[in-house]
Amino acid sequence: MSNKNTGLWVFVPLVGFVALAILLASGLGRNPEELPSALAGKPVPAFSKPSLISGETLTEERLTGQWQLLNVWGTWCPTCYVEHPYLLELAQRGVPIVGMDYKDEDDKARDYLARYGNPFTEVIVDADGQLGLDLGVYGAPETFLINPRGEIVLRHVGEMNPRAWDEKFAPVLHQAGNPLGGPR
Amino acid sequence: MAAEIGHLSLWVAMATALVLAVFPLIGVYRRVEAWQRYARPLAWLQWLALTVSIVALGYCFYIDDFSITYVANHSNSELPLGYRLSAIWGGHEGSLLLWAWMLGGWSALVGLFSRRVPLDMVVRVLSVMGMIAVGFLAFMLFTSNPFDRTLPWFPIDGVDLNPLLQDPGLIVHPPMLYMGYVGFSVAFAFAVAGLLAGNLDPAWARWARPWTTVAWCFLTVGIALGSWWAYYELGWGGWWFWDPVENASLMPWLAGTALIHSLAVSEKRNLFRAWTVLLAIVAFSLSLLGTFLVRSGVLTSVHAFANDPSRGAFILGFLVVVAGGALTLFALRAGQLEGKGGFKGLSRETFLLGNNLLLLIAASAVLMGTLYPLLGEALDMKVSIRSPYFNSFFVPLAMLLMVLLVPGVMSNWKRQDGAPLLRRLVWLAPAALVAGWLAARLPGPTPWVGVLAIMLCLFVVFSHVEDLVRRARAYDRGLAAGLGKLGRGYYGMVLAHCGLAVLVAGVTVVSYHEVERDVRMAPGDVAEVGGYRFEFDQMSAYRGPNFDSRKGHFVVSRDGRTVTEMNPEKRTYRASGQVMTEAAIDGRVMRDLYVALGEPLEGDAWAVRIYYKPMVRWIWLGALIMALGGALALTDARYRKKIGRRDEEPAYE
Repeated sequence: MSNKNTGLWVFVPLVGFVALAILLASGLGRNPEELPSALAGKPVPAFSKPSLISGETLTEERLTGQWQLLNVWGTWCPTCYVEHPYLLELAQRGVPIVGMDYKDEDDKARDYLARYGNPFTEVIVDADGQLGLDLGVYGAPETFLINPRGEIVLRHVGEMNPRAWDEKFAPVLHQAGNPLGGPR
Repeated sequence: MAAEIGHLSLWVAMATALVLAVFPLIGVYRRVEAWQRYARPLAWLQWLALTVSIVALGYCFYIDDFSITYVANHSNSELPLGYRLSAIWGGHEGSLLLWAWMLGGWSALVGLFSRRVPLDMVVRVLSVMGMIAVGFLAFMLFTSNPFDRTLPWFPIDGVDLNPLLQDPGLIVHPPMLYMGYVGFSVAFAFAVAGLLAGNLDPAWARWARPWTTVAWCFLTVGIALGSWWAYYELGWGGWWFWDPVENASLMPWLAGTALIHSLAVSEKRNLFRAWTVLLAIVAFSLSLLGTFLVRSGVLTSVHAFANDPSRGAFILGFLVVVAGGALTLFALRAGQLEGKGGFKGLSRETFLLGNNLLLLIAASAVLMGTLYPLLGEALDMKVSIRSPYFNSFFVPLAMLLMVLLVPGVMSNWKRQDGAPLLRRLVWLAPAALVAGWLAARLPGPTPWVGVLAIMLCLFVVFSHVEDLVRRARAYDRGLAAGLGKLGRGYYGMVLAHCGLAVLVAGVTVVSYHEVERDVRMAPGDVAEVGGYRFEFDQMSAYRGPNFDSRKGHFVVSRDGRTVTEMNPEKRTYRASGQVMTEAAIDGRVMRDLYVALGEPLEGDAWAVRIYYKPMVRWIWLGALIMALGGALALTDARYRKKIGRRDEEPAYE
């Protein structure tokens, strides 16, 4: 190749990189750790999804009546395995956790719960990810704290662990006078 | 006090890096040799300052100075000393310091081992590395200072190092990985220096090549260690998860592997020069991108550090300056770089070009998959990316790579006749037969893809042995003498290629033939897995330095003979309350037995995971062999003498 027909290919990597940088910058603007303000204090979006356990149809009604956690998980998500023992521990302490099996296959999910134990009082199947999209779920795992009126109070992205519980969830429950928020 | 010294040294390093980035380079353009001569001492001074700094941080951990935020957040008075020191890189700030220290170390080494490289070239390389150091040190000093104090009310005890990181594998995994990432900065600096100078002759490739190989070796070992750690520490027996952070290390590795092959062409044939420079830029940019992904909070992952968007913005800005600047320079200068020598459609060059394209396609596909969550949101698509996506392209690409590898090794530079090459590929036949025989002997059916993969592994090994013998015989002095005459560079290549075969064989067999059982067991119960009998003997409890443990005792036997005893644990770390699964593993060359405690069930029963993993060790063994091959190639005679005397370069016209 000589100088004359070098052409524009030399600019291709640069252009590609600029596109990539713009994509990354767009990701920066939206910190996934924070609850989109649009959802804070808003009720859980309306949905109608099957239950993994009973097969019955569940709606947003299921997430009302008591303080509970909504945990977004999937068998394809490595971090979900990591946080699973802690979810079991929370369940043992009496924290009601509703699972949302996100973009997953039912058989695998049942197998997972049979293998590793089931911390969930109910599991919503969100195979097409539509509910996740409405909730603004970024990936799995994510954990939402939902009050008795069915409103989202808190969102935690990433692994659920004692620190997240003590620093984020327990204080809210404590303030609401819920005994689960008391000292561990 | 130590913290103040460490902090001050960071500023000294920053000032030195600034001078290094600017002053000697001006000397190059003004042709003042006295100014250029400052580059090496400045690099050494910078490294000295960084060494003081990292030692100071280690000392703060040693004396449990919990008034320092970073120490308080990553250590605990009960933490064993080894982990207290490795906690230096257990978090964001400290691992940045480790990164900067290594960058300083690489610069110092470049200064030391470049006596035969022309001074103006060394100065350009060191200045570019100085610029990178300025960026990293500014990042640390302005957003992530490890020496910040919490005064006056500091905690009495620390919150402890994340229990996942309290593990011998994790003491060495990050340093190895960082040595690789940072090492690619040398290749990058050489590329930019070459572009600046407008001089990318074969001597340039020869200077840059060993540095690239060293970095590649470290990265290979680092990735293997990380995979090994995930296997035994996370407690569910997987060795690769396509997690964003794993991908972040795999992408520079793929680009780096392409780079060491393309450098070979640039050195021997003075070809692919623009391409080589581009790969050097890409490999280091992908290393930086990995840093961005882990620390910006853009993607969530098991490995995620404390996420902070302002830090993300800084790294992104830095990435834009470094990669954007280098790519702009590339766009302006690359047109002048094309080599003059040609090559035929059938030649070693062609096969190496194929290798490069495959590796780069793989890296791009991993990049796409990793950034998909961002892309999907930007384009509002609803497709999920999981392991099947990655496997669906990675498996065929890896196989195609192995198919091209053998004729590539056998072919001549410049042009290769088709007929003799085809005749030498007869090794496919015995490889196919042995693969079929082996697959039939394995318990359980092997799908045709698996048989094909095993066949390719054997093909690679057979062909390399054949090539070795043929080359040794070509000296006409008998086999033994001929073997002694072959260069270490050649042996290194043979070893690395065979390492790849070992790795692929391990992946194939463990993927198709592992047995995983999850059973409910109480003491006295017995489970049969993969031909082994696991007897759950009893549970016990003990108190570790900073955790409490419940320990199971299993007796494993086969055909009535006791093979081993295994003790899986469930640990509760006192400071954080975090529960960790410590799997018990009995590793042999041909198989691993893996027992992990799941959850306690009613009564004294436990959910127990028992895995039989045939040849899983071959995966890491293969990676180590590859790295060893790289290390061997480094000791090749041509790097030890007469490096880069331009007047001695053979003519390529």
